[in-house]
Order: sequence, then structure tokens, then C-alpha cells
Amino acid sequence: MNNMIVFPMILPVLTAIFLVFIRKHILIQRWISVIVMLANVGLSIVILLHVQTEGIMRLDFGGWEPPFGILFVADSFSMLLVVTTNIVTVVCLLYAMFSVGKEFEYMFFYSFVLFLIGGVNASFLTGDLFNLFVSFEVMLLASYALIAFGGKKIQLKKSIPYIAINVVSSWIFLVAIAYVYGTLGTLNLAHLSQIIAEEGQTPILTVISILFLIVFSLKSGLLLYQWLPASYSAPPTAIAALFGALLTKVGIYAMFRIFTLLFYHEPQITHMLIGVLAGLTLISGSIGAIASNDIRYIVSYNVIIAVGFILVGLAIGTNTAIEGSIYYIIHDMIVKALLFLIAGTMISLSGSPKMNRMSGLIRNYPILGWLFFIVMLALAGIPPLSGFIGKVLLGKGAIEAGSYVLLALSFISALFVLYSLLRIFMDCFWGETMLSAEDEPPLRKGILFPLIVLGVLTFALGLAPESIATFVIDGAETLVNPSIYIDAIFDQ
Amino acid sequence: METLMIILSGVLVTVATYLILSRNAVRIILGTALLTHASHILLMTMGGFGGTNVPITGENGADYVDALPQALILTSIVISFGVTAFFLVLSYRTYKELGSDDMYILRGRRNE
Amino acid sequence: MRINDVILQSVTKVVVFIIFTLAIYLFVSGHNNPGGGFVSGLILASAFCLLFLAYDTETIRKGIPIDFKVIAASGAFIVVACGLGSVLFGEAFLYQTFTTYTLPLFGETEFATVTIFETGVALAVVGVVVTIILSISEDV
Repeated sequence: MNNMIVFPMILPVLTAIFLVFIRKHILIQRWISVIVMLANVGLSIVILLHVQTEGIMRLDFGGWEPPFGILFVADSFSMLLVVTTNIVTVVCLLYAMFSVGKEFEYMFFYSFVLFLIGGVNASFLTGDLFNLFVSFEVMLLASYALIAFGGKKIQLKKSIPYIAINVVSSWIFLVAIAYVYGTLGTLNLAHLSQIIAEEGQTPILTVISILFLIVFSLKSGLLLYQWLPASYSAPPTAIAALFGALLTKVGIYAMFRIFTLLFYHEPQITHMLIGVLAGLTLISGSIGAIASNDIRYIVSYNVIIAVGFILVGLAIGTNTAIEGSIYYIIHDMIVKALLFLIAGTMISLSGSPKMNRMSGLIRNYPILGWLFFIVMLALAGIPPLSGFIGKVLLGKGAIEAGSYVLLALSFISALFVLYSLLRIFMDCFWGETMLSAEDEPPLRKGILFPLIVLGVLTFALGLAPESIATFVIDGAETLVNPSIYIDAIFDQ
Repeated sequence: METLMIILSGVLVTVATYLILSRNAVRIILGTALLTHASHILLMTMGGFGGTNVPITGENGADYVDALPQALILTSIVISFGVTAFFLVLSYRTYKELGSDDMYILRGRRNE
Repeated sequence: MRINDVILQSVTKVVVFIIFTLAIYLFVSGHNNPGGGFVSGLILASAFCLLFLAYDTETIRKGIPIDFKVIAASGAFIVVACGLGSVLFGEAFLYQTFTTYTLPLFGETEFATVTIFETGVALAVVGVVVTIILSISEDV
């Protein structure tokens, strides 16, 4: 009985409900949500350490043993993502406190954010396919509300396509689940994996796996990302940062789970397809990132490039490459949140999202400028920062497996990332200052503090990657050997 | 029975696709609602139509229907109900705010 | 434009109680027969809809001065708290149990923790449905 692992999901949800009752007391709402998320960070770290000593933990809801009941499973990979999610959320909440207005907070802003986090954590922890669907939907419902939050014209416009595309992809998900249930008669991931391994991955299962690939490509923005830049540029900064850091990662996590645990028997079809998609994503994301003049769009295209990069690791599928991917996911969650927050701060300071309307910001806001510089280097993978170790391991994996095309594409894309962000840096931070120091709106300390926290985190992760190395190695080990996962579910 | 249900599901998907591809926001919402219902029928068909009794243990012997697809469908209905309701409210707000529910007018980066 | 809807209003006064009774019946029977919290919640919500249709929103608001958002939240709270309750007793999350007592009037009666869960579901459904309908209808 490991009731502990339900709390990363249930704590945010319970708090979200509780906050509805104290709608009028905004100050209490703010601090309760931050404190609960901090507690959640601590708790998930405890679970992560527990997984190292006790092995994979599982919780059968209502005492129904697998494969009959629904269950939560905590292994190193999922717990690493849960920990990072909670940390990023604390920082985004701190930023939101000082940036979103009172009228937003009054309309259950914190409740929706906590529901979103509950959904994200549940998707990381769930051990069966249908629960994955439900967690996705909880997360998406909260995100629908958040993307339209405040009801500005642009948000309303962008949210309709966002919802429509997500409903369609949820439909494909449901159809794929129906087919899996019709063919194999179970939805428990471990049980499915066992049956597929015993009876072989028949062509019909491969077709179903491609349906899943389409679903998660839509959710994570792997080639089917056309909805992403427009939707992620519409909502307020703190929400956009949460979306950019977390939502695509959930799709990526699901893809890793499905294609390492269930459909790993036909890599020449499924994994090659993922490789092709990842390569195309890298190319088109790079083109998008350098083509735009709007900071929000450049930043959103950077999310897409990262998705392509992470999934190169899954396409290669060796132990080293997957370790690299895990490092890179964690790095990307932290740095993308920071990037979105800085971009949003720049826009709110200069009043326009267009690059040619900003200039010389570094003179009045030196810390912001240098933080942006750090993010740029981290995303490009310069050594003392967090992007480096992931890139090295992924590159090593690619060389071992001999996939030189993907290797070349993923490292050329880093140049495009660097170029697109350097363009922002040179245009917006360098050059003549448009306004004198007195006219520029002051940058409040409350806004700067969360940014610095994330900046320190990326340094820490870059300088001491071995601090999380054991967890990453264990996570990759579990992903590469599905039998560890299956044994943990069925041993008791 | 199975064939009939699959055909019905297919017809629903056809109608839903037609509706989603139209320009009117309300039609798109109706399309998404129909789409999820098509998948509910598919789920039910995939569970098979065996069994004649309610799945309560201890009664009526062993000849009970598979309860899992029904549980899945119920969950999915609740979710699709929530999404459709939210979508309707949102498109209504959009209509009030922007004065149109025509996707052709709402598209692009004008008046941002 | 004023419509004289005396008939609708008088019928509503009676029918609403019948609908409420049906909802409660379905809720109670839901333990071992078709029915349950979700269905009864929807039926309760339909009764409220009928009230809102027959009278105007303000009258009903004055008569039933409750915020349906709070109803929905308390329903959801009961659901989650019921799930967590089993954790306090050292059982798995969402674990349900039941027991039977002999009551004076009813004879042997079964009490199940799942009833608490279903109450939460019913409240959540009523709250959410009425909130949605009100939010569409309010500013017409």
C-alpha cells in the first residue's frame, strides 16, 4: 500500500477545490497555493528517493489488484518529471502573483492552475491507458479555461482552434483505446506489455500504435504543431510559461511510455517513423523560429525545436540516448519556463511583442538582459549550463546507433536556436535605448525573483548533473527494460 | 449487430467531419460533440455484445455483460459534456466580443 | 414582451417536486440497481432548469439564494475527501466499504461509504450544470 504516490495529484486538486470557497480572500489564495505546491515539491522528492530504495511503487485504487483496477505507478522517470513540474509551478505561481491582475485572481485563477498541475501530475503517474486519457482531459479542460482567461479578443480567437484541435485529438485517442481494448481486452499498461510480448506485435497492433503516435504528436507538437505557436502566444505570461514548460512534455512523456513499454517490437516501423517526424520537426521548427518578428512566436517555435530534439532520443532508443532525452526534458522544462517568463516581461515592459519596437533594454534592466543571455546559452547547450549534458549523451547515443542524419539535424537545430535568440538579444537588449531611465517602467523585485530562481536552477543542473544522475540512469534503465516495470506491477 | 454499430459510428464520423470543416462556430461545436459520440459507439462495439445480465456479482450467474466499456463510456460522456459546455460558453463570449462566429473572420492575426 | 405563462408556472410548482422525488429515488436505488449520483444530479439540475424557465432568474435567485459554484466545489470536495478518508484508515486511496445495521422502521439496512461518494458526485453535477446554464443565460 503506497498511498503516498497519489498525493502529487490529489494535493493540488484538493487545494483547487478549497480555493473556490475562499474566493474573496486573494492574499490567502496566493499563499496557500504557493505553500501547497512547495509541500508538493518536498513530497515528490521524498517519493523519488523512496523509489530508489524500494523499487517502483504502485497504488491500486480501492484495493483492486492489477490488471482489474486502475492504478498509479511511480518510477524514476515519472517522478523526476513530477518533481520538475512542481518546481516550475511554484516559480510560475510566484511570478503570477506579481503580474496577473486582481480581477484574474478573483476569477479562480489559482484553482485552474492547480487543476492543471493535478492533471499533469496524474498523467505522469498513471499506470493505465484510460486513466491517461482522463488525466489528459483534466489537464486540457483547465488549459482551455486558462487560455481564454481574461477574455481578451486575441485569446478568444486563438482558443477556439485550440479547443477544436484538442477535441479531435482526444477523439483519436479514444478510438485508439477502443481498438486496443477490442484486440487485447485490457488497458493496464503492464498487462498490455506482457500480452504484446507474449503474442507478438501483430500488424494490427502496429497500426494502432501509429494511431497513438498521431495522438501524442498532436498533443506534444511533433510535426503536427501548427496550432501551437498561435495558442501559446495568446494567454498572459505566467500561463504561457506553464503551457510552454509543461503541456508538450506530457505528450512527450506519454510517447516515451507507450513506445518503450508497449510497442517496442517493431522499431523499424514505429521508431523510424518517430525519427522521421522528429527530423522534420527540427527542420520546420528552426525555419519558424528564424522567420518570425514576434518574440512570442520565436519563443513558441523554440518549444517545437526542443520537442523534436527530445524525441530524437526516443527514435534512437539506446540506453544512452534515452538518458540524454531525460536530462534534456528536465532541462527544457526549467529553461522554457524561464524563457517564456523573460519574453513576457520584455513585452510588458516595452508594450509591444514586435522585435523592432524594442531596443537597448539592457541599459535599464541589466539583470533581465543577462538572464536572457544565460537562457540562450543553456538552450544552445554551452557547457556550464543545463542543456549540455543532455546534448552530449544524446549525441553519444546517436553515434553509437549510427543515426548520423538525426545527429546532424539535432545539432544544426541548436545553431538555429542560438541564432533566433541571439537576434532577440541583439535587437531588443543592445542598441540605442528608446526611452530614458526615468521613463521606462520599473522592474519590480517580485517579478525578478522567480526569474533568478530558475536561472540559478539551470546553473545548478549544469554544474552538478551527477546530483540527479542516479535517478536518470534508473529511469532510462526502466524504460529500456520493460520487464522491470511489469515485474513491479505483478509481483505482489 | 457489430456491423450495424460500426456503420452507425462511421456515419456519425462523416457527419461530424462535415460539421467541423464548416466555418460556423456552433456547427464546429456540434461536430465535436458528435465525434465523441461516434467514439462511444465504437468503444461499446469493441467491448462486444456478449452477456445478458447486469454485471453484479452473486446474481444471475456468469452470463453478464462486460462492464468496462460502459464505465469508460460514462467517464468519456462526462468529459465530453464538460468540454462541449465550456466550448459553447466560450464561443458565445467570442460572438459577443468580436461580433462574429465565422471562422473565416476570426482567423489570422488581424486586430490583435 | 410579457408572456402570460400561468399554466407553466402552476405546473412547474407541482412538477418540480415530482422531479426532486424521482431524483432522490434514483439516488437511493443507485446502490444495487440502475441509478446513482450522476443521473440524480442531472435530474436535479433539470428541475432547476425548469424553475429558471418558468420564472425569471432573479426570482429563483431570491428564492434559492445559493451560489451553485460553491455547490459544485463542495461536491467535488466530498468526492476527493471520501477518497482520502480511506487513506486515514490505512486502506488504499478510494477504497470503499459497507456494513449493515438493523433500523427500527426499515429492518436490515445496508450502509456504504460509496453513498458519501455519490452524494459528492450528485452535488458536483448539479452545481456544474446549473452554473453553465446560468452563465449562458445571464447576459442575454
